[in-house]
Amino acid sequence: MSNVVIKVYVPRDSTALSLGADRTAHAIVAEAQKRGLEIALVRNGSRGLFWLEPLVEVATPLGRVAYAPVQAQDVPDLFETDFLNALSDKAKAHPLYLGLTEELTWLKRQQRLTFARVGITDPVSLDDYIAHDGYKGLKHALSLNGADIVKIVSDSGLRGRGGAAFPTGIKWNTVLNAPATQKYVVCNADEGDSGTYSDRMIMEDDPFVLIEGMTIAGIAVGATQGYIYLRSEYPHALKVLNEAIAKAYQVGYLGDNIAGSGQSFHLEVRRAAGAYVCGEETSLLESLEGKRGLVRFKPPLPAIEGLFGKPTIVNNVISLATIPIILDKGAQYYADYGMGRSRGTLPIQLAGNLKQTGLIELAFGVTLRELLYDFGAGSATGKPIRAVQVGGPLGAYLPESQFDTPLDYEAFSQIWAVLGHGGIVAFDETVNMAKMARYAFEFCAIESCGKCTPCRIGSTRGVELMDKITAGQERTQHIQVLRDLSDTMLNGSLCALGGMTPYPVLSAINHFPEDFGVS
Amino acid sequence: MLNTLTSSQLDEIQVQIEAHKNLPGALMPMLHAIQDSVGYVPEAVYPQIAKALALSVAEVHGVVTFYHHFRTHPVGKHVLQICRAESCQAMGSEQLESSVKSALGIDYHETTKDGSITLEPVYCLGNCACSPAVMLDEELYGRVDSQKIAQIISQARIA
Repeated sequence: MSNVVIKVYVPRDSTALSLGADRTAHAIVAEAQKRGLEIALVRNGSRGLFWLEPLVEVATPLGRVAYAPVQAQDVPDLFETDFLNALSDKAKAHPLYLGLTEELTWLKRQQRLTFARVGITDPVSLDDYIAHDGYKGLKHALSLNGADIVKIVSDSGLRGRGGAAFPTGIKWNTVLNAPATQKYVVCNADEGDSGTYSDRMIMEDDPFVLIEGMTIAGIAVGATQGYIYLRSEYPHALKVLNEAIAKAYQVGYLGDNIAGSGQSFHLEVRRAAGAYVCGEETSLLESLEGKRGLVRFKPPLPAIEGLFGKPTIVNNVISLATIPIILDKGAQYYADYGMGRSRGTLPIQLAGNLKQTGLIELAFGVTLRELLYDFGAGSATGKPIRAVQVGGPLGAYLPESQFDTPLDYEAFSQIWAVLGHGGIVAFDETVNMAKMARYAFEFCAIESCGKCTPCRIGSTRGVELMDKITAGQERTQHIQVLRDLSDTMLNGSLCALGGMTPYPVLSAINHFPEDFGVS
Repeated sequence: MLNTLTSSQLDEIQVQIEAHKNLPGALMPMLHAIQDSVGYVPEAVYPQIAKALALSVAEVHGVVTFYHHFRTHPVGKHVLQICRAESCQAMGSEQLESSVKSALGIDYHETTKDGSITLEPVYCLGNCACSPAVMLDEELYGRVDSQKIAQIISQARIA
């Protein structure tokens, strides 16, 4: 082994960094130097086993072996037990040794399509991207005309992964058929939902897949300019995206002659500025135009009159990042996963009070219970899980009796819940659901753009009502007023912010009335 | 804290205005560039921004104040953001918030007397798998307990 440079992987994903991955990486390099050992350090993306970060991997002839969680202070001891020779008995005996990464149950049980490369490759290495099937989708797309590309996307059954679950192919087709001299592709990377981080992972851990997906979108509908509207809370993603975009320009995967095809597509990252409502597509477009992020009336749809009044595709990061594999492997390959009208896979994010948190990509149809207990291993505090919020701050709270609901857009809508962006936040029995209902109104009041009355005024009235209810003032009457208010917001708001705030509020009252002092 | 700008800051702002004024939808990137270079978007330069983009001063004011990220006043040497969103609440962020506020002796949107730390709430840092999360400037921290936050704060006060 002495002449072989051993590859060691330490993630650069921001969750790994938030737990000390940089210090771990430095310690590994320093310790190797000290011992005169030659290693090649790769800063890969995260495998998504976030409760185990920093997860360090060592390459072996049998595949990569994982050790986790590895803090800087663990490093000397790891070297002492021959961790670079990860197949040795000595290494296997180390308490942090987990075995072959690919054999870990968490990963083995997944169906990774959109996240196929995430955690495996060096995110900013274009060579690595191409060696792992990158740009195959674009290559296929360049041999087709726009209508054929749109048909493949439609046939795959892909629906918007941002929350509204609108069929992506229909959106694209509208833009394709809208006559205009200039069209745009806009990526909604304003991932503001609590409990979600799959967009961030794509952008930090496999940015080229998003760039490729947007390029295919541009070629499909005849759009030559793309923008990624990125949350200002994601500084690491900004750096990685800009580095990847610069590389794609250098070698002609972006610019005026994409992969020698003579077609143009330009791409730029624009930073958002901390307004949750700008995740709503029309508010996002206003913001991109340099205005206050006020929601627009629809129609006209952005597909007809979008950015700067031109036909515009607005898709979420995950939707766009799923395009390359669909174009590479075909519509049917993707559509073969899933259930009912929810085709393909969903990147699910486990968050909040769970023992094992992280990213799970699976075909639609898995139940919440499997996710919470088989993957999540129950609550982090060891107390019973009492409530789960699915789909971000505008998603319903589900009680234990609904944990057998399969993850499917229609199944969720039947129990008056939403799947949204696939974020799952678990709460243990110490949660006070009246407080969470109040918080939902408070959040809406802070983030309301102010254009429509139900959201602007309703959210503040909601906070006041919740205060009266928790103080025990005329509870029954105030709960009735709260229900009326929710009805007004549901039916009268211009967008989902005001229109869906009643989901967490009413689900909390309906499923956990005891926290509101009623039975 | 005075809102006075040095001449080099004014020059820097003018450079950013010139650099960004011809972009499509120029205002947001311009405001980011100004805040990145001087730490906030001073009201005193609204007229210059407005003129460069053929907007009214009121429109510039409207945009700056719409977005939580933009600040119209100088901040401390470091900005500490504490996540208040659901996932972090499920892991005890409320306790974290109150202990930080009392340790620093300030509330949200305020700066410590020594000018070292400005405290801001944030609604999701995308680190929900390792809640509660905080961010110091651009450095993200996960599973932050009382011990970890004390370290973060004391380091910020020195550096």
